[in-house]
Amino acid sequence: MSKPNVIVIGGGLGGLWATLRIAHAGFPVELFSLFEVKRSHSVCAQGGINAVLDSKGQHDSIRQHIIDTVKGGEYLANQPPVKAMCEDAPGLIRTFERMGVTFSRTSEGLLDQRLFGGVKNKRTCFAGASTGQQLLYGVDQQVRRLESEDKVVKHEWWEFLSLLLDADGVCRGIVAMDLKSLEVRAFAADAIVVASGGMGQLYAPKSTTSTNSTGAAASRCYRQGAWMANAEFFQFHPTAMMGHDKNRLMSEAARGEGGRIWVPKTPGDRRPPKTIPESERFYFLEEFFPAYGNTVARDEAARAIWTVTRQMGLGIGGDGGDRVYLDLTHLDAAFIGARLGAILEIYRKFAGVDPMTEPMEIFPAAHYGMGGLWVDFERSADGGIQPDSPRNHATNIPGLYACGECDYAYHGANRLGANSLLSASYSGRIAGESVVSYLKGLASDGASLAPEIPQAEVARQQAINADLMRADGADTPYLIQKELGALMTAKVGVVRSNPELESAVGELQVLRDRLRNARLGESSTWSNQSLAFARQLGDMIELAGVVARGALARDECRGAHYKPAFRIPIPEGKFAGDPEFETYRARWHANNAQWLKTTIAEHTEDGPRLSYQEVDLSVYPPTEPRDYR
Amino acid sequence: MTEQPIHLRIRRQDRPDSAPYWQEFAIPGRSDHNIVSLLMALRENPVTVSGQRVDPVVWEHNCMEEVCGACALLINGVPRPSCSALVAELEQPIRLEPLPKFPVVRDLLVDRRRIDQGLKQVKAWIKIDGVWDTHEGAPRIGPSEWAANYLYSRCMSCGCCMAACPQFGTDSDFLGPAPLAQVRLMNAHPTGRYDKTERLHAIMADGGLSDCGNAQNCVRVCPKEIPLTTAIGELGRQTTVQLLKDIFGPR
Ligand SMILES: Cc1cc2nc3c(=O)[nH]c(=O)nc-3n(C[C@H](O)[C@H](O)[C@H](O)COP(=O)(O)OP(=O)(O)OC[C@H]3O[C@@H](n4cnc5c(N)ncnc54)[C@H](O)[C@@H]3O)c2cc1C
Ligand code: SF4
Ligand code: SF4
Ligand code: FES
Repeated sequence: MSKPNVIVIGGGLGGLWATLRIAHAGFPVELFSLFEVKRSHSVCAQGGINAVLDSKGQHDSIRQHIIDTVKGGEYLANQPPVKAMCEDAPGLIRTFERMGVTFSRTSEGLLDQRLFGGVKNKRTCFAGASTGQQLLYGVDQQVRRLESEDKVVKHEWWEFLSLLLDADGVCRGIVAMDLKSLEVRAFAADAIVVASGGMGQLYAPKSTTSTNSTGAAASRCYRQGAWMANAEFFQFHPTAMMGHDKNRLMSEAARGEGGRIWVPKTPGDRRPPKTIPESERFYFLEEFFPAYGNTVARDEAARAIWTVTRQMGLGIGGDGGDRVYLDLTHLDAAFIGARLGAILEIYRKFAGVDPMTEPMEIFPAAHYGMGGLWVDFERSADGGIQPDSPRNHATNIPGLYACGECDYAYHGANRLGANSLLSASYSGRIAGESVVSYLKGLASDGASLAPEIPQAEVARQQAINADLMRADGADTPYLIQKELGALMTAKVGVVRSNPELESAVGELQVLRDRLRNARLGESSTWSNQSLAFARQLGDMIELAGVVARGALARDECRGAHYKPAFRIPIPEGKFAGDPEFETYRARWHANNAQWLKTTIAEHTEDGPRLSYQEVDLSVYPPTEPRDYR
Repeated sequence: MTEQPIHLRIRRQDRPDSAPYWQEFAIPGRSDHNIVSLLMALRENPVTVSGQRVDPVVWEHNCMEEVCGACALLINGVPRPSCSALVAELEQPIRLEPLPKFPVVRDLLVDRRRIDQGLKQVKAWIKIDGVWDTHEGAPRIGPSEWAANYLYSRCMSCGCCMAACPQFGTDSDFLGPAPLAQVRLMNAHPTGRYDKTERLHAIMADGGLSDCGNAQNCVRVCPKEIPLTTAIGELGRQTTVQLLKDIFGPR
């Protein structure tokens, strides 16, 4: 038998780490990406990456990093992987450092660390204002080196379309399409790693993610039997600046430094903001949250903006008036310039407006899909994960692994700023180690894939292309995507209700039917981007259905998923011992007993079949309700 | 902001080997549109000014934040990322052409693999023993040294500098400014410097540093304001020293 080989789908942080780990173990890797890997969405991250180095005299501890992550995800993450990730974080940073990542330095020439949302200690390593870019380039350079040594082969501008499963349901390869020639071809492999990134584009254009963060690749695995988990949890960032193409992130720092959020008190007031007198402005965060005002937590701010724009009809701007002002114009220009220079620059560059003189228009934008492909782990004796276990990051399809934003593990990663770059990198490396163990365990006389299977699958995929090319309906896929984004933003967004979710499920079905008859508007067989896009859109609608169904079923408020009808409020002015508080405590426990679970979605022809799985709470169990009063 | 028709003249090409041709469009849009968002609007309804329905325009874009480097075009004759090119700043009709010097794949999409080849040629990486933790602390790098290096680490391989460089092109084997600047970056790293000689030899060969005519076009267009000519100057000194070492000294 020749040496087992691996296919990695995706060249963001997750995929490149997996590639490196596998190639370093001596197994050949073929890396697939929609474009040159260094253009992957990972470059967008600015803020930083977490690791406890305790370099700031704050007695920071890995234990605290674990607790912050667990709480950040409202206990939805399996805790052994979280523990292992936090423990490994300092080593990962050291490895990045060795790769030449230009992390920012202290005056002593050591790694600098800063404070980031959701934590009390300075724990975030950063590289100027372009951390994601620098981290990605670190691994990209290593992969390029392995490529020059023929240990890695890159297939850039190739799109993964489907998995090749043998008669026993074991993953044995993929079918992919050359995005230039549109050639559809089968590639055999002994193990596959999907690292295809997030699915923020389900909410386009009201999303902070790159256009390629469609979730289509994960959706394709799901359709072939891989489980999706916790898809209903979607993080929205409250202050994203509007754009026709996408929403760009406006850092929380703008509020932290004194920015005020407001809308005109009169609905539909079209006067330029600067001419609206103070008395006719509604500073709603300051009114809703007197204690915190504009610096209230991300989730709360996003919900308040939602209430004011969607329910009170006070939003500004076109598109149904869904924006609010983030105003810095009252602040001292020199102070703001010094403290917020980088983000002011982004606003100026992309909106053509100076936020020092004009209030910014912002909206809560879809930022991070916290759910994704379900993956396994093996708990170790010390409560972390077993090193080199082939179960770590394995999906439920044998031979198929997932890592990075497309998997569901480390929930809470992104509700704690700067934890997602960590989870993408860490999970990539672990998935790589796991695959190496899996390959070593493969029977050396492993039966090869019967040739009919790839032949049939290639033919099936070619037929899908041909059908799309022939279709001649009323809509183009681009228009349908616009409607998908609007639907998801309106009905499966920041604040959810069952009637709206039900109607969303129905409307998604309509979109699916319309897509079936869409017109590509071009028949070229060379670099036909509309064709690739139409295919992805079908997978996005499928995935949107999983998000909406999961949200409909989950009758509670937990983390990024918020349904006011099922809120369990802390009784005001009551504390432990008061009967009202004890009733509340009992309800909180009962709710956890029912809902502190992982949602598992399995594909069926009639839509997702949902079930629930226990969460491993062995490191830091939730014994008391959170009470921040 | 009210909507107004925005005039675009787009140079199109159906295949790598077919002849280019021009098409003109008027798209309703606002002045806060950028070129990527305009092209997105156009693909929803690709009809020329003469009312002819045509194929959607093909181009590359991802991040829309000027950090992935994918969307660079020739806009009114200047190479620049299209996501950060605001319509309000541009003279109309806005002329869009594929980035020159790179082979056209289709319409505005070009193949920039040569940048990648250049990076391989100059070994733009740090040789590490493996991707596991070696339990060694980070080598110290002072803040001012860091600041100088950081500038170069932001190169997003957009290709604008190469498009503007008179020495770089399909008929020349000049590496171009972007890969050269990476040599400057890698040679300055505490570990990267171990392979300094190899990298310098790579750029002392044909197509290397000496092909630069010092026209300074590259720095003028780099959207990330990377000091390319400063790097080239520094490399000039490094290669001179290297040359002397090669002749006289131990390596
Ligand atoms: C604006 C923004 C700022 C952020 N800032 C931070 C931050 O400061 N700190 C932090 O920790 N996190 C941050 N995040 C989150 C973090 O950037 C992402 O979670 C992480 O980079 C995801 O990495 P990944 O490797 O999973 O996927 P990606 O980097 O998205 O890579 C996906 C890869 O998959 C490939 N691919 C996809 N589909 C296919 C297919 N069908 N066939 C072939 N290839 C395919 C693509 O080509 C690409 O190479 C931010 C996110 C956003 C949106
Ligand atoms: S300075 Fe050198 S690299 Fe830059 S444009 Fe001129 S010839 Fe090209
Ligand atoms: S040096 Fe500047 S212009 Fe050249 S590729 Fe890099 S970022 Fe683009
Ligand atoms: S789309 Fe990434 S640089 Fe313009």
